[in-house]
Parts: sequence; structure tokens; C-alpha cells
Amino acid sequence: MSDFLRDYLNVVWFAAIAIVLASILLGVSAVLRPNKPSAEKNMAYESGVNPVGDGWSQSQVRYYIFALLFVVFDVEAVFIFPWATRLEVYAVFGLVEMGIFVFVLLLGLVYAWRKGVLRWV
Amino acid sequence: MTSLAIFGADLPYWAQSLLRVLGGAVAVLLPAGTIVYLFLFKMMSFMQSRLGPMEAGPYGSMQLFAEVGKWLQKEDISPTRADKRVFRAAPLVVLMSTFLLVAVVPFGPDAYFTDFDAGVFYMLAVSSISTLGILMAGWSSANKYSLLGGLRAAGQLIAYELPMVLSVIGVVIQAGTMNLQQIVVKQNSDEIFGWNGIGFPYILTQGIGFLIFMIAVQAELTQTPFDMPIAESELVSGYMTEYSGFRFLIFFIAEFATAGVFALIASILFLGGWGVPFSWFGWAPAGSHEIDNWMNVGGPLIMLTKMMVLTGIIMWVRFSYPRFREDQLQRFAWKVLIPVSLVNIMITAVLKVAF
Repeated sequence: MSDFLRDYLNVVWFAAIAIVLASILLGVSAVLRPNKPSAEKNMAYESGVNPVGDGWSQSQVRYYIFALLFVVFDVEAVFIFPWATRLEVYAVFGLVEMGIFVFVLLLGLVYAWRKGVLRWV
Repeated sequence: MTSLAIFGADLPYWAQSLLRVLGGAVAVLLPAGTIVYLFLFKMMSFMQSRLGPMEAGPYGSMQLFAEVGKWLQKEDISPTRADKRVFRAAPLVVLMSTFLLVAVVPFGPDAYFTDFDAGVFYMLAVSSISTLGILMAGWSSANKYSLLGGLRAAGQLIAYELPMVLSVIGVVIQAGTMNLQQIVVKQNSDEIFGWNGIGFPYILTQGIGFLIFMIAVQAELTQTPFDMPIAESELVSGYMTEYSGFRFLIFFIAEFATAGVFALIASILFLGGWGVPFSWFGWAPAGSHEIDNWMNVGGPLIMLTKMMVLTGIIMWVRFSYPRFREDQLQRFAWKVLIPVSLVNIMITAVLKVAF
């Protein structure tokens, strides 16, 4: 296996140790802890009164709009990083290119701003 | 340098992996314990004119073990209507994110777990896995507080992910690489206009980037000025409301361990990582092999020192400031931090090309 892939395999081990470690601790806890479930205890917590309606209530659409805006800027970051590592080679050409790119992006942000989407009402 | 040699003996792959993984566990749990005891128990108490835990051991130093012992014995309650499997898995996902994050941190010239060329990319990608875990916890609890907390957390984490990403780009432009190890070596071996007294820690030129990065870290960790997802006066305990027993403690450990790991990453990107950038210290500049063996021992200690300073600042801010409102939080991210960091990128790029 190449060193490149091996490095990524190490990541899998790190994920595994997190699960293993937590499982061991939870296992120890399972031996030590009491387990006396009752209907009241397992009720959803709503400040001590009986829960009203469904726990999965509807939520605001604004979370969705912010998520969309996030995708735009995050994809942009994917383009900027490779450019950033090679800037010394691209020099002025790369600078002008990225200047135009960032300007267009800023236009998008300004558009959202003017539309009042960034206001959290 | 993939073959790890200890005392001259080459170890087989499984032994290397075991050592790495154990090192990773230490690098996650040790800072978490230190931060909780030193800052959360003691510093917060002293700032509030009280003593904090004093019973377990001298100055309450054994308090952490007492806490773990206590939490191990707590009942593990999961609500009837919860989505049980997701509910149980959520804390593990959050903890996993912390372990994946520490995997990329270099502690010395040879003391690293993985050596990615796209280390910065990996770091940013992995750090958002915890968002998934938090959203899982908030959704699966079938509780209105939890759902609101989870959604707030997701909205906040993605809003502050962007300034974090953009502030790191400045460092990448200056270093010309995304490999964290190379970034550290560059900072310690570069010189400022021919003077190599202190190397060239990027905080000198990326001060704005550092500030934005630390603010974003504060928000990503949901520490106090940005703690709406778990705002106790509004949402009981946010996405953690329904958790009890050891699963709650896993969330807690992951939160403080991640604070430590983010401080490590900030010190790598901006403060010169494992190097002491003082050539008068008698050590040759980083990258030459004379210091390698020294720095494999000294590096982790230097990293620990820098981490304690940065987490100290994070906690200091946490104990000092009141909570933002949700709309202030989003406005601050989108209307201040993102434009400023975009301008920062362009200025850095212009200066890089000009010099």
C-alpha cells in the first residue's frame, strides 16, 4: 500500500479508537449504573409540564436560506485553496483572475444583503 | 518518514498504528482534562471570587476522577419517542470528529500522526463532522428544545465555518502549501528582511486572520458569547437536553477536547507550531536535522504551552462576556467577518505578489 493511502488509513484507526474508547466507557457504565425506566421518566422534557404536540415541530425557513448561502461560499473556498498554494507561480495573472472571482462573489453577498436575506427577523 | 523507529528498532505497521492511536487518545484526553480542571473549575471560580472544588485531593486536583466516577454511575435515560439509534450514536459522532481532528496535528519534526499534503483542507472538512453529530442529537431527541438547539447550532456552525476557512487562506497564500508540517517549518526557518532572530510566525502579518480565526473557533466551540445552541436560560440545555449519564459526559469531553485541538491548530497556523523561533536558544533552525531528536521531545511540550495560552484566552472570553442574540450572531458573521476576511485574502495576495 502506498504511503499516501496509508496516511488515510491512519485516519480510519483514529475514528475507530474514538468509537472503541467511548464504547468501553459506556460498557463500564452499563455495569455500574441503575436502570429503572418509567413512563414519566422517559417523557420528553418540557420544563416539567406534559409535552404539548409533537416533538418534531416545524422550523423557520431562514435556516434553509443560510444553508444555501453557505454552500455558495464553501464551494468558492474549494477554488481558492489550490490557487493560494500556487500564487507565486501565477503572480499578477493569478492575482487579477482571483480579484475578479472574489468581486463576483462579493456581488452575490451584496445582493443577498440588499434583498434583506441576511436579516434574522 | 513513514517508518517510525523507536530506539533504533523498526516497528511493524500494526505496532506503529497502535502507538499513533494511543498517542492520539492522550493528545485528546490530556488537554481536555487539563482545560476542564484548570480553567473551568479553577479559573472560573477565582474570577467569581470563590474557591471551586477543594475536597477531592489537594486543591481539588482529583476532582476530575471523582466526576468520571460519578457520571459512570448515572442512569442512561432515552426518551420513549426518541429515534433511539440516532440518539445513542450522536455523542460518538461528536467525539469521533475530535479524534479525526487531532490526527492531522504535527507535534514535532517526526512526531506526527499523519502527513497530509492537503492538511488544511482535511482539518476544515473534519471539523464540521461535529455539526452532523449535534444535528443528529437535536433531531433524534423528539424534544422542542433539542430541535431548536440543534438547528441553532447548525446555523451558527455553518455561518462561522466560512470566516474560519477564509482566514486560513491567508496563511496558505503566505506559506504556499497546505501541509501543516510544512507550514510550521516555513514559519520557523523564514526570516524577516534578512533577520532570522524569531523566524517568521504568521501572526505578524496575518493578525487580522488570527483574530477572525479565534472568533470563529469560539463560535464553533459554542463557547459563551456564542452559546445560543445550549443557552440555558432559553433552551434548558439545547441539543443536550434529553441526554443523561455518560452520553452527556461524552458531549462534554468532546467540547473541551475540541477546544484544545483547535488551539493546537491555531498555534500551528499562526504561532509557529512546535518550534521555538529563537535561534539564540542554541538550536539550529527547523528543517536541519541537528535539532530533530531534541524537538521530538520538546515540540509537544512547546505545543502544550501554546495550547494552554490560547485555550486560556478562549476561556477568559467565555467567562467574561454575556451571550449574543441569535440575529446579532448571524449579522456579525455575514456582514462583518466574511467581508473583512475576503479583503484580508486580497491584501495578502497583493503583498505576496509584490514582494
